[in-house]
Amino acid sequence: MLKLTLRRLLVAIPTLILVSLIVFSLQKLLPGDPLLTMAGEERDPEVLAFLREKYRLDDPFHVQYLAWLGNVLTGDFGRSLRTGVPVSTLIAQKLPVTLQLAVMAIVLALLIGIPAGILSAVKKGTATDYAANVVALSGVSIPNFWLGIILIMVVSVQWQLLPASGYVPPTENFLQSLRTMLMPSFVLATALAAYLMRHTRSAMLGVLSSDYIRTAKAKGLLPKTVILKHALRNALMPIVTLTTLLFGELLAGAVLTEQVFTIPGFGKLIVDAVFTRDYAVVQGVVLCTAVGFIFMNLVADLLYVVINPRLRHPQ
Amino acid sequence: MNVLKTLVLGAALLASTSVMAADLRIGLQDDPDVLDPHRARTFVGRIVFTSLCDKLVDINEKLDIVPRIATEWSWSDDGTVLTMKLREGATFHDGTPIDAAAVKANLDRARTDSESLRKSELKSIADIAVADASTLTITLSGPDAGLLAQLTDRAGMLMSPASFDNEPGQNPVCSGPYKFVERVQNDRIVLEKFPEYWNADQYHFDRVTFVPMPDTTVRLANLRAGDVDIIERVAPSDLETVKGDAAITLASVTGLGYQAIEVNVANGAKADNPLGKDKRLRQALNLAIDRDVINQVVGAGTYQPAHQPFPPASFAYNEEIGSRSRDIERAKALVKEAGFDRVPFELTFGNNTIMQQVFELVQAMAAEAGFDISLRPTEFAALQSVLKSGEFEVGQSGWSGRVDPDGNIHQYVSCQGGLNDAKYCNEEVDRLLNEARTRSDPATRVKLYDQAQAILQEDMPVIYLFYLPWPFAHKATLEGFTAYPDGMIRLEGVDFSS
Repeated sequence: MLKLTLRRLLVAIPTLILVSLIVFSLQKLLPGDPLLTMAGEERDPEVLAFLREKYRLDDPFHVQYLAWLGNVLTGDFGRSLRTGVPVSTLIAQKLPVTLQLAVMAIVLALLIGIPAGILSAVKKGTATDYAANVVALSGVSIPNFWLGIILIMVVSVQWQLLPASGYVPPTENFLQSLRTMLMPSFVLATALAAYLMRHTRSAMLGVLSSDYIRTAKAKGLLPKTVILKHALRNALMPIVTLTTLLFGELLAGAVLTEQVFTIPGFGKLIVDAVFTRDYAVVQGVVLCTAVGFIFMNLVADLLYVVINPRLRHPQ
Repeated sequence: MNVLKTLVLGAALLASTSVMAADLRIGLQDDPDVLDPHRARTFVGRIVFTSLCDKLVDINEKLDIVPRIATEWSWSDDGTVLTMKLREGATFHDGTPIDAAAVKANLDRARTDSESLRKSELKSIADIAVADASTLTITLSGPDAGLLAQLTDRAGMLMSPASFDNEPGQNPVCSGPYKFVERVQNDRIVLEKFPEYWNADQYHFDRVTFVPMPDTTVRLANLRAGDVDIIERVAPSDLETVKGDAAITLASVTGLGYQAIEVNVANGAKADNPLGKDKRLRQALNLAIDRDVINQVVGAGTYQPAHQPFPPASFAYNEEIGSRSRDIERAKALVKEAGFDRVPFELTFGNNTIMQQVFELVQAMAAEAGFDISLRPTEFAALQSVLKSGEFEVGQSGWSGRVDPDGNIHQYVSCQGGLNDAKYCNEEVDRLLNEARTRSDPATRVKLYDQAQAILQEDMPVIYLFYLPWPFAHKATLEGFTAYPDGMIRLEGVDFSS
């Protein structure tokens, strides 16, 4: 297990360098000049020239990239061109928000998706199955921003039950933090739960038709034991893969949901940064989310071993 | 629905929504940039500075200059020496007094700091001398009619000189009624009351929090849900909702800025287009556009038609030009006269819903006069580069507006103007605008601007469409709020009714 972890971490290094190089190149390919964009109505040529020099924006591409990479290796992610705040500070501010949103969304999604998937597999072909499928399909089809705005209109404006926006750290006020995050994580969870439900359903259907389930039923075990202990555990593998991948995606930020609920996470940060061509911020956030994604893949591999004892002692 | 309601109700019962009555939350359209008035660029940043940093002078609703830190001022006869008397007893947020030396240090930083964007605004200043602790003498290289107006904005804002080397952009130590507490980028800027402020009695909130909320629908929903108390820039399509909700109040005013289109007349290869070469076609396009339609259809009555750079609130506003209207027959005749049957051209603009609607209307109206416009929506950052480099035939041009008329015209149509992307150049216009800068008498300036406008209406490098409104909405329980033409939020005397 330790060997596996170490090997994965080593493989991650070239991946990260490649990711950062691709993102850097893409940004440079975009039309638009960060200083001009930020200057807006205030284009003092002298100041623009000074800033261009200061942030080395006129250096050749490879020089800029290597300078950035060199700084990153010493722990310096640069500063936001727009506000002058160090990128590491920004990441430290936004990462907990994004993490909390991701965790709440995935927990909600699992709580809805897996039971629905099991139910729909066990009751295959019945009204329950069709109903679950219709709900799942709507979950995937309804756009997040629309659902978000409707929820705000109903829950916050009409009923005045939950705050319409904002973020409160759980360390400051745990309940208020849950309240502010409830609607956004629910919005995110609707789509995720649908994927999970569909995958749970098909994995369960595969397992339920296998011989050992018939044997278990023949032994006279309770249906609950058969489904939860014998079938579900074996059906979990694809669900674990999907969950970790979905979680990895959530770590990149949920742009629309964050925008609608005014949550200061990675999504809003990176979109603003792309629009203002704030290179250092985009690079830093992408690097951070790539690390998160690679980490989640590792978690998936480790979970396989935990769930499936046969993988513990490979021949 | 009932299940959902029960679920949510359960969650909501866990805590209450009570907010301190003496806290004010303001929903802004964007996140400001650096909080250093000398280096800052954004419009929303100016809204924050209005509460955070005091300035030498300010404007009232009629754009008259009124005292702040400077209590009185006088000009020498030739208009080159400005003597300012400073308020006694005013202090910065770090407790140091605001004296003449500190004001001088601020103006000098604004004039010389390598990243200062205020240099052009204060260019006319040649020397600043401290006469005594409360008297400042500013000597100009030549008369500058717009200087006082510049000092009503960021150029006249005062930070503690001790903070200059301590990253004021992140930790501003200013002089306004509220002082800086914390900022989380893209999330909030928190200010708290500065009890030693010279006019602290008039400021009634303990805390003021600015929250960036880019989406107009979301901003309004937050106001209606009670999460914020004031929002800026209500979308025209939401005005009906605001008017129909008794719990919120609309406060809208026509601003100092405008939305326009500019024709590339001499900026690179793309200037070689029919409109760039023939002013009759520019005149025809101008005559073909019915501003009232744009105002009603897109602006819901808040996009007051514009035919000139000066807003109605300005003394330089020309009534006669302002009352012109669409003349489609004359437009058709001009197109014929220029030797065209149909005139194709490309119009580049920033891709948001409002501008898309505006330019689709322009496209349809201009088609009647013989123009075949292809619309080219462009992402905002790319638009800036496209306009500057001259990669456009006709482009969107907008300006947030300045108090002095000079700020609304000089940079856009003078030969060396910093924002003159069309590269229009007319020596007579330059001469008139430069002279208007040096005259202090408004009547004389109006005459000069009228002459310049006559030429510009003939050459038509810029076609003005409408004045930008500043529609604010706030809780009905909030009293004393006034919308100013500069779009700032002034909290003096604003309070919740008890």
